[in-house]
Amino acid sequence: MATAVGVAARGATPRARNGAMALLRSTGVAGMVSAAVIAVATVLAVFGPLLAPYNPELPSLGLAFVGPTGGHLLGFDFEGRDVLSRLLAGAQSSMIGPLAVVIAAMALGTAIAVVAAWLQGPVDTVISSGLDILFAFPGILLAVLAAAVFGAGLTAAAIALSIAYTPYVARVLRGAALRERGQPYVAALEVQGASGTSICLRHIVPNMLPLIVAQATIMFGWAMVDLAAISFLGLGVQPPAPNWGVMISENEPGILQGYPLPSIAAGLCIVGVVIAFNVLGERLFEQAQAARR
Amino acid sequence: MLLASLLVASFVIFGALYLAPGNPISALSGGRALPPASLRVLEQRYHLNQPFLAQYWYWLENALHGNFGVSITLQENVSSVIAARMWTTGGLVLYAALIILVVGIGSGVLAALRPGLADTSVLVSTAISAALPSFVAAILLITLFSVKLGWFPALGNGTSFASNIRHFTLPAVALAISSLAIVARVTRAAVREEADREHVQTAVSRGIPARQLIRRHILRNAAIPITTVSGITIASLIAVAAVVETAFSLNGLGAYLVQAAESKDLAVVQGISLVLVTAFVLINALVDVLYAALDPRVSLGSRAQ
Repeated sequence: MATAVGVAARGATPRARNGAMALLRSTGVAGMVSAAVIAVATVLAVFGPLLAPYNPELPSLGLAFVGPTGGHLLGFDFEGRDVLSRLLAGAQSSMIGPLAVVIAAMALGTAIAVVAAWLQGPVDTVISSGLDILFAFPGILLAVLAAAVFGAGLTAAAIALSIAYTPYVARVLRGAALRERGQPYVAALEVQGASGTSICLRHIVPNMLPLIVAQATIMFGWAMVDLAAISFLGLGVQPPAPNWGVMISENEPGILQGYPLPSIAAGLCIVGVVIAFNVLGERLFEQAQAARR
Repeated sequence: MLLASLLVASFVIFGALYLAPGNPISALSGGRALPPASLRVLEQRYHLNQPFLAQYWYWLENALHGNFGVSITLQENVSSVIAARMWTTGGLVLYAALIILVVGIGSGVLAALRPGLADTSVLVSTAISAALPSFVAAILLITLFSVKLGWFPALGNGTSFASNIRHFTLPAVALAISSLAIVARVTRAAVREEADREHVQTAVSRGIPARQLIRRHILRNAAIPITTVSGITIASLIAVAAVVETAFSLNGLGAYLVQAAESKDLAVVQGISLVLVTAFVLINALVDVLYAALDPRVSLGSRAQ
C-alpha cells in the first residue's frame, strides 16, 4: 500500500512544472524571438483597431494605390485606405479565427484521444477507425462546403476547420495518452480506488501538457494559413472588414497595375506570424519529446 | 477502409443539403424564387418526398453514373462542367507534383550527401519556403516574374499546349513551394540517416563505387519515408489547388467550386466536392500500396500505431 502511494505520488506530479519562463528560455534564441513576435501579434490583435492612426474602413478613391508618403508608411490600398491602419485593424480577425479553431480542435481531440486510450478495447477500435475515415476531408474543402451551405463567414469556416483538424489531434495525442495509461502510477491510483475520470483529468492530461501545448502552437500556424486562404477565396471574413487574407485578394488587381505593396504587406504579416508559430511549436515539440525520455 | 472513407464523405457531402437553413428546396435553388414547374422538377429529380436515406441512395447512384444534376447558375449539366475543367486542375496538380518530386527530393539528396554550403543553403531556403502559403507565394511570383520581369503571364489558361505550360508554370510553383520544403527536409533526414547505417559503411569499406552506393544502398531504403511524405503532400495539393486557381484566374475545378459556393449552387458544390474527395482518398490509397510494395516487411492494411 505504501509502495503504491509512493509510486502514485511520484508519477502524479506533472513534469514541466519549472514554470513557463524556464520552458521558454530552453527553446533557444529562435524560440524566444518567435515568442516575442507572437506576443506583438497578440497585442496588435487586441489593441489593433485602437492603434490604427487612420480609419481602416473609410474609402477615399482618389487616393487609391498611392505609394508611401508623409504619415502613411505603407501607402494606400485599392480603395484609398491607409494600408498600415488596415493591417493593424486586420490583426484581430486574422488571429482570433485560428485561436478559436485551435481551442476547439485541441479540446475535442484531447477528449477523444484520452477516452480512446483509457477505455481501450472495442471503443478504441471504433474510435480509431472513425478517425482514419475522417482523414478523407481536407480542411479547406470542408470549409468551402460549409460556406456553400451556411453562407460565407468566419464562424462557419472556423467550425469547419476545427472539425477537420480534430482527427489529426486525436491521432497524435492518442499515442501519448496510451503511453501515460501504461505508466505504473496509473495502476497504483486505480488500485487505490481512484475513478477513471479523475485519473484522466488530474494526472494523464496534465502529464500530456507539453505535447498538447506544442501541438497547439504548430496548429495555430496551420489554422492561420487555412483561414487566410479561405478569406482570400472570399468565403471567410467579408470585405470591407479588414483581414490579412482578404487584403491580399482585394489588392491583387493592384499588382498587375504595378502597385504590389498593399497585397504583399498583408502577405508578409501572415508569413511572419506563421513562421513564428512554426518555429516556436517545433522547439516546444522537441522539448516535449526530450522530457519524455 | 477506402470504401468506408468514400461512403462517409459522400454522406457528409449529401447531408450538407439538409444542414442548410431552410428547407432543401430553397437550398437547391440558392434562395432564388422559382416558378412552380421548376419546383416540381426539382422535387422529382431529388426525390424530395422520399425518406432521407432513399434520397441519399438516389443521389449516390446518379453520381456513380456520372450524373451530378444541373447547375443552377450555368444551366448546364454539372458533369459536363466537371469534365471540361478536370484537365486544368489535373494538369496543374501534376505539374506541381513533378516540381515537388524533382526539386524537393533532388535538393534533399543533395543536401544530405554534400554537407557544407549546399546543405546550409537548402536548409535556409526550405525554412523560408515552408512558411509561404500558396496564395502569398502566388502574389510574390506574379509581382516578380509577371509584372517586373515579364517572363510568365499572370492570368488565364493559355490556348495551345505550349502556352498552357507557360501559363501553368507560376501557379504550379506557387502550389508546390511549401510542400517542396517539407519533402526536401524529410528526404534530407532520411538519406542522412541511411548514410550513417552500418550496411552503408560496410559497402564503403568494400569499395563499392559511389554512384552504385547511393542508388542501391542508400536511396533504396530511404525511399520509404520519402514516398510517404511525397504522397501525403501531393494529395493535399488537391484542396490547395482551388486557392491557386483563384489567384491566377485559371478555370479549374477548384476555382469553380469556390464560385459555386459563393453563389450557393449546391449541385455543383456537391459534385465537385465528391470528385475532389475521391481523388484525395485514391491518392492516399495509392501511397499505401506503394509503401507496401517498397517495403516487403509491411503488409497491406496494417496501420501505424
